[in-house]
Amino acid sequence: MQRRNVLLWISAALVYLFLYLPLVLVVVFSFNDSRLNAEWVGFTWKWYGKLFHNQEMLTAAMNSLIIASVSVVVATVLGTLAGLAMEQSRQRLLQMLVLAPIAMPEILMGVSLLVLFIMVNMTLGLLSIILAHITFCIGFVALAVQARISSMDPGLVEAARDLGASPWRCFREITLPLLMPGILAGALMAFTLSIDDFVITFFTAGVGSSTLPLQIYSMVKLAVTPEVNAVSTLLMLLTLVVITVASRLSPAVFRGE
Amino acid sequence: MQGKSWSKYLLSLPPMAYLLIFFAAPTLIMLFASFRYPGEYGGLAPWYVHENGRLTFDLTLENWQRLLGTDIYLRLFVKSIGYAVTATLVCMIMGYPLALMIARSSRKSRDLLLLLVILPFWSNFLVRIYAWMIIFSPVGALTRMLNGVLDLFGAGPVTLMYSPTAMLVCLVYVHLPFMVLPLYANLEKHDLDLLDAAQDLGAGKWRRFWLITWPLSLSGVTAGSILVFIPVLGMFAIPDLLGGTDGIMIGNVIKQQFMESRDWPFGSVLSMVLTVTAVAVVLLGSRLGQRR
Repeated sequence: MQRRNVLLWISAALVYLFLYLPLVLVVVFSFNDSRLNAEWVGFTWKWYGKLFHNQEMLTAAMNSLIIASVSVVVATVLGTLAGLAMEQSRQRLLQMLVLAPIAMPEILMGVSLLVLFIMVNMTLGLLSIILAHITFCIGFVALAVQARISSMDPGLVEAARDLGASPWRCFREITLPLLMPGILAGALMAFTLSIDDFVITFFTAGVGSSTLPLQIYSMVKLAVTPEVNAVSTLLMLLTLVVITVASRLSPAVFRGE
Repeated sequence: MQGKSWSKYLLSLPPMAYLLIFFAAPTLIMLFASFRYPGEYGGLAPWYVHENGRLTFDLTLENWQRLLGTDIYLRLFVKSIGYAVTATLVCMIMGYPLALMIARSSRKSRDLLLLLVILPFWSNFLVRIYAWMIIFSPVGALTRMLNGVLDLFGAGPVTLMYSPTAMLVCLVYVHLPFMVLPLYANLEKHDLDLLDAAQDLGAGKWRRFWLITWPLSLSGVTAGSILVFIPVLGMFAIPDLLGGTDGIMIGNVIKQQFMESRDWPFGSVLSMVLTVTAVAVVLLGSRLGQRR
């Protein structure tokens, strides 16, 4: 039954406006021919042009991509194993280890990893950032995989076993293909989390291992310039594409979590 | 897959080992660091001395005494909790109608409406802060308009940037989806026949809400509140970029201890307090959730 409530709709519309207006502003001003993000002067591509000649920014983007790619591969394998294990049997320790990093404030993971890396005399750089990113990505992949398993029909596996398939064959030919959308959705989610992460990277990065969010942070701390708008717009575009693909693959993961 | 007893450990061992090394161990190391002396050039001083075949330990309670010795840090904590509670309440007031609207709209439009809530949440965290830096900037349209109005009434100009208000708006903006999603997940499951029955019995719109929808949604409210409260409590980037001198939270001081004053033991003390607070809130929340 449909219930129409004008007041409810208006307040919801206002919240949508609140969610989107700031982002629209960032995109619009990235095409504005003025150093100040104040009023519309005229259309230009020049901030994007500047971006592609900014060596620091390009290095940072490269670093971000390297970190995200490596972290995602490792985190996807570990997260899938964790998701499968969590669904098979109640293992309290594993459950706690997977969920706690998601539930704790990010800054705690950042500073504690910093202390760990320094304690073992590790030079802070790409490797330390990758190790940190894997840590916070595992949980998200595990949850995505777990969500997929619980929506699977257990009868399929049982049928295969009854027909004489070995457990390994059963896993390879039934479970894994059925899990694939969940695994991919988890991997894409991990990719965006890694590309976007600022807090944990801030504490685990060293000299010369700046990432895009770190680069944006240092630019924003100095002054608000349209170059930041341009890089922000590109980042948004990238995330939009990745997330749209991920939500197509496994809608359940993005619902009510 | 019927797991044999060893196969379940085969699956869980690699992720468990990784998380033990990179999540559990660092937390314990930090607890230990809170009892050590700061190093001469930052970092940590050695915690034991091996001299002439004698081993002496170099640990201290000083860092904890420093926490309890003044009320500066207590006040900081109270202030941070105050900001986090405010942000959580505002998120709830803004998020509830939205979640309710989505849950009550047709099945077809729900997915799209929900995606529209999630999308900004997936755009970069710093970009979302930066957007508010543009809005609150002194040359921005909002500040100029506001000051134009204030001028009409003869009031002096105000700046919006670098204030607790600017910080709170941004905290709400960044964390709103954390409130909407669990609320929606809860509201969507409600049995609408209950509302119809109440209506047939003559209950008005508000009465139906307060006697049926609201009590049924409390577990969603709890879940959403925890998901907003905890990250806000540990936040440092938003106060850093928008809060100015008044808008300092516990996260800023932790960051300062590790990156600027490089007093790691004291930073560890503050981090441990934050950890315990966060764990306490999660436990309390799940207790509340179970009771219902």
